[in-house]
Amino acid sequence: MPRRKGAPEVNAGSMADIAFLLLIFFLVTTTIETDAGLDRMLPPIEPPDTDVVIRQKNIFTVNINKNGQLLVEDGLMDLKDLREAAMAFLENNADGSCTFCKGKKDPSSSDNPTKAIISLKNDRETKYSTYITVQNELVGAYNDLRNREAQRLYGQDFTTMESDYLNPETPSSVKDELKDKVKRIQDMFPQKLSEAETSTN
Amino acid sequence: MAKFTKKKDGDLPAVSTASLPDIVFMLLFFFMTVTTMKDSSLMVENTLPNATEVKKLEKKDRVIYIFVGTPTREYQKVFGTEPKIQLNDKFANVDEVGSYILAERAKKPQELQNVLTTALKVDKNANMGLITDIKQELRKVNALKVNYTTYEGDAFNNLQ
Repeated sequence: MPRRKGAPEVNAGSMADIAFLLLIFFLVTTTIETDAGLDRMLPPIEPPDTDVVIRQKNIFTVNINKNGQLLVEDGLMDLKDLREAAMAFLENNADGSCTFCKGKKDPSSSDNPTKAIISLKNDRETKYSTYITVQNELVGAYNDLRNREAQRLYGQDFTTMESDYLNPETPSSVKDELKDKVKRIQDMFPQKLSEAETSTN
Repeated sequence: MAKFTKKKDGDLPAVSTASLPDIVFMLLFFFMTVTTMKDSSLMVENTLPNATEVKKLEKKDRVIYIFVGTPTREYQKVFGTEPKIQLNDKFANVDEVGSYILAERAKKPQELQNVLTTALKVDKNANMGLITDIKQELRKVNALKVNYTTYEGDAFNNLQ
């Protein structure tokens, strides 16, 4: 029986296909790194035309001193307890107009979530990292409450709904549906986080 | 036995290199997609703080960046060790922030000019005094939407 010389040559014609397959796989799976951070709105510089009277009990003051210690409503507080305290303040519901709140209805605390304002003050010497941690906790308090309500109403977290809504890859049909839901939850707990000008001392 | 000796006569066939360009192109494309272009080199230390409640900054064309931190070692002789502001490729004072924002805003297309976000990339060791001054400048030019850019991570790690 005659035999061929050496091993037969492997057909390399399909190599390009495999290469393209891998290329497309990596193209689809890798995401270009995007920056992330805490979104905040600064107050406009012109003062509002009409003076708004805000009762003291509707303001939750948070003061950070230069050593990073917190003064919350005239008492020293550990940073770890801030989120709980802010949540308790926001859904306190003293006037009983908020039907979904689970607060204590303490008459000396906020009337309802739409009136509750968190005021954040800091010293010029405060470290930026401390400031961000406090901001994170306060935004976290809002997000926790919003998540709870979104879970109750729509069975999913508010934060995922919002990021889906803001994601440009989400199809517009889904976006339209999300828009009303996101708006509704936002109106339940409007984010009123005022950043007063720094105390100079 | 004779069969085995017969086989050893011929040389090994050369491996086809026809697909080598494909592999090279594949690698090229892969690296092209995953690398992000830096439009300005950092002249300040920029270790961002951690936060958990972050939102992603989509649409890079709508973002203006401001960097704050202590100058890196090569610039410390000239600019000192106090935190400084970096706008594009040069150090700046607080009063230049407003005009920088206006200049950057003018460069963007008309329809984007009202939806711009200012991303503050601030080193975690900076003091709030400088940040407050920047915020005041941003309010003066009505650039009210800011994003404190952070890494994703436990916020309490910042305190150590």
